[in-house]
Amino acid sequence: MSVKHEVNSAPEAESSAKVANNVKDIMKQLILALYAALILGPFMLVVMTSLKTTQELYQNPLGLPSTFHFENYAKILMEGKMPFYFKNSFIVTIISVTLIIFFASLASYAITRLDGWKSKLMYGLFTIGMMIPTQVNMIPLYLLVVKLGLNNSILGLIIIYIAFAMPFATFIMVGFMRGIPKSLIEASKIDGANEWQIYSRVVLPLSLPSVATVAIFNFVWVWNDLLFPLLFVRTDSVKTLPLAMLRFQGEYMFDFPMIFVGVVLASIPMIVTYVLLQRWFIQGLTAGSVKG
Amino acid sequence: MKSRRILYLFLLPALALYIMFFVIPTVAALGLSFTDWNGISSNIPFVGLDNYKELLKDNIFHKSVGNNVKFTLVVLTAQTALSLVFAIFLMKNSKLNVVYRTVFFLPMVLASVSIAFIWMFTYDSNIGALNVMLGNLGLAKQSWLGNSKIAIYSLAFAQIWTHIGQVMIIFIAGLQSIPENLYEAARIEGASAWQTFRYVTWPLLIPAATIVVALTTIQSFRAFDLIFVMTDGGPAYATEIISTFLYHNAFINHRFGLASASAVILMLIIAVITYTQSKLLASQNKGM
Repeated sequence: MSVKHEVNSAPEAESSAKVANNVKDIMKQLILALYAALILGPFMLVVMTSLKTTQELYQNPLGLPSTFHFENYAKILMEGKMPFYFKNSFIVTIISVTLIIFFASLASYAITRLDGWKSKLMYGLFTIGMMIPTQVNMIPLYLLVVKLGLNNSILGLIIIYIAFAMPFATFIMVGFMRGIPKSLIEASKIDGANEWQIYSRVVLPLSLPSVATVAIFNFVWVWNDLLFPLLFVRTDSVKTLPLAMLRFQGEYMFDFPMIFVGVVLASIPMIVTYVLLQRWFIQGLTAGSVKG
Repeated sequence: MKSRRILYLFLLPALALYIMFFVIPTVAALGLSFTDWNGISSNIPFVGLDNYKELLKDNIFHKSVGNNVKFTLVVLTAQTALSLVFAIFLMKNSKLNVVYRTVFFLPMVLASVSIAFIWMFTYDSNIGALNVMLGNLGLAKQSWLGNSKIAIYSLAFAQIWTHIGQVMIIFIAGLQSIPENLYEAARIEGASAWQTFRYVTWPLLIPAATIVVALTTIQSFRAFDLIFVMTDGGPAYATEIISTFLYHNAFINHRFGLASASAVILMLIIAVITYTQSKLLASQNKGM
């Protein structure tokens, strides 16, 4: 339904309107292309810089590398502890996200099945957490974690991620599960299913869209998170990628090629998943933002 | 009845971890703000409202709040306006538009540390793309992060670059929810593009805009990573905001009480924004 279909406009008016529309369209495409360049330009510069020597970077900061110095990557991957940090990030992210989904979906199921005030109380208790900025509880949390000896530990990080993920995860999952017809649950009860069976065979499989939202939101958050490792991790063997990269900056003293090798390697898993699942990512991360 | 008791067992793991590591620390922050604890000593001196009084007089805290407000206003104005323009451009679900949306959203999936490094490089005085290009044009180079007058704007730009795609998506969802027949009616009435925007699009976009404004404001008050990595509040506190002030006082100066008091103030600011947002949204729903 565009302007073209109007029948009553005079031919001259139509052609001048067309010119105006074309100008507008060109302006629009120009603005969009410029901004896309502003996003993609820095990315390409990062990749190019990661393949330069430091000397070459200073001689020719914006140009293509004369030869691609893949040995930068070899150096980080072979000599550095990068593979180790990768492993830590993978372990923390995968275990955290799995347990977040398991615990949050169980709790959400219980919240939708409990009666009146108990359900409301539990839902309120979990979701009020979305209003609390992490900066507020991080100081007592730090003192508590140190007291319990959970600092410098992968387990400690996982526990904290689970706790902090609960408000948003239950908010999304309870919201979704409330939309599942009660008659389905009643029917399975008549068939003799117990609560665990109703949860695992009926409600959870029907809640997969909300599981995807929660999984993606937390996958991106945990993989990229700097704050909790910054607070709780000192030893190398427990560092995840973002903290390791921050320490890189000290180690390589603004040796940008080396720093960007780290940036490229740490971003690849995320960017590949994003491109494959972009619709889910955009939806999951936007749902996550509207939370507070 | 017995089968329902298992529901409490279902709640247990989530609830136990949440209460232990989230609820208790949150309540404790309030308590801690009335003490002058250094985090180590076994006696925890109770000082009443002294921390809050000290913050009221503390120049650096004033500066942090001022910087935070400035940072928020810059991000809010520029990001909202620009993302709305992009949303209008990219509202239709054509293939090209979906590609653009994917690109604009991309920074959202990167680690804040990576984004901080990308912008530290871009802003670098000698080899940064910005100064190299200015140099090629024969213009004066700038110290984008080192000059106390411009550092906060440089950071605000990096913040916008990161979050604009997300805000744009909220606007697109809002735009797509406006019924097509309203536009048709406006066209039949002979409304200009501006009139259509002013009298059809905008009134129906207000709920989305309310969410965007609240979200952006909260994100800007919660901002930490980018600023911490890129400037750490410097030069000379020119980019210190509430969250970095809090971090420095807790983990560098070991003034956990004072830091907790500033955390409580941050929480109040965010609570007021959230409350206002929900009231506005509720009144808009009633009006419709």
